[in-house]
Amino acid sequence: MDKISQSVVKKDHAPKIEGRSVYVGDYVTARDGRPILTGKLLHAKVARARVLSVQVPELPAGYFYVDAKDVPGDNNVNIVLDDTPVYCRETVEYIGEPIGMVVGPDEKEVQRILSGIKVNYEELEPILDLRAAEEAFFDYEFGHGDVEQAFREADKVYEEEFETGYQDQTYLETQGMMAEPEADGRMFVHGSSQCAYYIHGAVMRVLGCGPTGVHVLQDVTGGGFGGKEAFPSILGAQVAVAACKAKAPVRCVFDRREDLEYTSKRHPSLCRYKMAVKDGRVIAVDCDVIFNAGAYSTLSAVVLQRGIIAAPGVYNIPNVHVRGRAVKTNTTPCGAYRGFGGPQTFFAMERMMDHVAQDLGVDEIAFKEAHLVKQGDMTSTQGRYHFPVPLQAMIDEVDAKCQLKRKHEEYKKRQTGRFRRGIGMSAYFHGAGFTGSGERDLIKAVAKLRKYADGTVEILASNGDIGQGVRTTFPKIVANELNLPLDKVYYDHPDTARVPDSGPTVASRSLMVVGELLRRAAIKLRTVWVEGQEQEVEERFQEPDFMIPFYLDKFQGDAYPTYAWGVDAIEVEVDTFTGVTRVLNAVGNFDVGTPIDYNIVVGQMEGGFLQGIGYASIEKMDYDAKGRIRNNSFSDYLIPTTKDVPNLTAMLHVEKYPYGPYGAKGAGELPLVGATAAYVAAVEQALGAGKHPLRHAPFTAEDTVKELTKEGN
Amino acid sequence: MDAIKFILNGGEVAYEGAATDRLLDVLRDCFGCKSVKCGCKEGECGACSVLIDGRLINSCCVAMGAVEGASVLTLEGYRETERFAALSKAFSELSAVQCGFCIPGMVLAAESVLAKNPHPSEAEIREGLSGNLCRCTGYNAIVNAVNNAAKEANGLW
Repeated sequence: MDKISQSVVKKDHAPKIEGRSVYVGDYVTARDGRPILTGKLLHAKVARARVLSVQVPELPAGYFYVDAKDVPGDNNVNIVLDDTPVYCRETVEYIGEPIGMVVGPDEKEVQRILSGIKVNYEELEPILDLRAAEEAFFDYEFGHGDVEQAFREADKVYEEEFETGYQDQTYLETQGMMAEPEADGRMFVHGSSQCAYYIHGAVMRVLGCGPTGVHVLQDVTGGGFGGKEAFPSILGAQVAVAACKAKAPVRCVFDRREDLEYTSKRHPSLCRYKMAVKDGRVIAVDCDVIFNAGAYSTLSAVVLQRGIIAAPGVYNIPNVHVRGRAVKTNTTPCGAYRGFGGPQTFFAMERMMDHVAQDLGVDEIAFKEAHLVKQGDMTSTQGRYHFPVPLQAMIDEVDAKCQLKRKHEEYKKRQTGRFRRGIGMSAYFHGAGFTGSGERDLIKAVAKLRKYADGTVEILASNGDIGQGVRTTFPKIVANELNLPLDKVYYDHPDTARVPDSGPTVASRSLMVVGELLRRAAIKLRTVWVEGQEQEVEERFQEPDFMIPFYLDKFQGDAYPTYAWGVDAIEVEVDTFTGVTRVLNAVGNFDVGTPIDYNIVVGQMEGGFLQGIGYASIEKMDYDAKGRIRNNSFSDYLIPTTKDVPNLTAMLHVEKYPYGPYGAKGAGELPLVGATAAYVAAVEQALGAGKHPLRHAPFTAEDTVKELTKEGN
Repeated sequence: MDAIKFILNGGEVAYEGAATDRLLDVLRDCFGCKSVKCGCKEGECGACSVLIDGRLINSCCVAMGAVEGASVLTLEGYRETERFAALSKAFSELSAVQCGFCIPGMVLAAESVLAKNPHPSEAEIREGLSGNLCRCTGYNAIVNAVNNAAKEANGLW
């Protein structure tokens, strides 16, 4: 193991385990000692309506009702586009849309006022089902080769439809933001979040002020997983407007039901795949991908882009056509969640490959192995896999670990008892960093190191520790280059008033992109180091010169500089009496390059993999006929506990990326991406592959019972 | 009405508010025990776990009237103990703390497991922690940390 990979005690270990870390809900007063007012949102109760009037009861002194009329600047939250209102316009577009906020000193009184508000709606017919959607926020198309010709020449053509459901990030700390008007006229916004500068930009626009009129701090954050990428910009804007009106600090922390029902989640998907096979090889694939974006576009453009770029999977297929749409419905807007569109399309592609192999009478794993991409091959967007693709070695390692292939053969035999077993495999990637030219054209990351006279070094960057460990891994990199003890280098939670914009904490980019900037900055500082002096150095992002420029209008070029690779094997036992599936063994093999801390990376892999298995099996979330999310508590939306997958193993395969710090690549998202495909393949095998083609996730115990009922046993 | 008297982290305290108030809110808002986290307020996630007379209980589901005469232990008290130090060390060695939000409850759940059974099997640890949700770690590091703490405890439990 490289020295840099050796685990250290995490910098935030002690304050967190001692319960001393201050999360946004834990502040007793504002920074200047003033009391904090509680804000609670008035959520729309119908999925689509004109808001005719809002009757607010007479407010006691010190209480306020805040809505769109109170927005000093623009009532639109800047995300990718700006169609998301701070507070609703003339209409509400989904159940839960914020109409206004009640603010005041006593939470119970705020709740009492809230329940006394009467909203008069003129109801309109909502569109809920993505199949019925009339409007596409985004509609992309790309491909290469001649798909039509390939389908004409094919020996056989296959068509299938795959569906995946919502998944909620379910960070243990719900969404929460706070705004404090400061004595110098600035607005101080802070809370549970991933992207301080996104919030900064959004609040500036909403308050109609310049960059110095607002500063944003990321508080200690109780998990994000993408769920705190864009949503805190909305909530941050809402509390900032409220704080402006009340001229006092305002905090809004969601309760769990609000969080489950009204915050962004993984897009439900419908993927229609068509595949052409000639001489036993896949010669063409046509992917039609539809994501349910919900009522506003938020991050759907970029989620969809990542999803469709991955649509043909990890296979070398000469003719590819992809169409992707993110459609508008009157449901909660979906957004970022670990994997960012990839889990949906990899599910479709992996299942399609399994089913085609079954029909051809060849082994699914062997069929996939025969089609794996290799270094130098073309990507779906006519870029290149510039670096080695270790998938075959990774499959072999997984096989050695859990006898994947032997078991896969064994479980193919007809099973008749109460308990039946299956094992499934998936192979997948996660493109490391922003999609396309985002790093170069949009983010333009800047990171700094400030050395103080006493020889300590502070990292100045905007990436937030949300549990993934950047408060530890960033200092490890800098300390390593400067040859300093780790306690001499520190990284605090970012405040935009003090740190440059090194970009958001998303896309598995922080360590790979910003970590490398910090490594270079540390080398620079080392060369100019003067004992006893305060010094500062800065590094700016430069795109590696091997990249084939990416054009978003054509979906052409290198969408990513490199890829993190994954292979999962999941073995299950299905109880055909109850439908309950037990995971006997879950092995994930993850190549995220050099781990900058072995324990931290393994912890990320294990956590992400278990989230993926939850998504595959028990995390069912849906809306009712009126468009209301039904699964709004932990009794209705189940996430894995300690007991669900006791035999989960994360292996690391290291293929170093020469442009990442010490060979590190993007890590955080990868382990979630392939679990659904492997899990559902395993259940399918247990039920009898060929007899029961399974095409949706999550695949719950109820779904298993339905399949068994079809079978008539 | 009489104040509700109970022991909080070893010291006698009195609560003057309503007997129907929630222990979770009272601990956080009146006694400054901010380690007690609110994850769901429905008794499902374990983030607000405290030990009441040694039993692991979700403080969001306890009315103040029920703690009259009881002894309530939160991390603010527990973190002063040797047992806590042993758990903290074990957690640190496996980097078992990620976002940290579930951790105060998880640590008290670990104490509850080990107090009942100083030499638990892995399955028993998993059973004992199964009421405490963690979304970050996948649980392996936490379970292994509790196991390591038990092994190295030298009679602490």
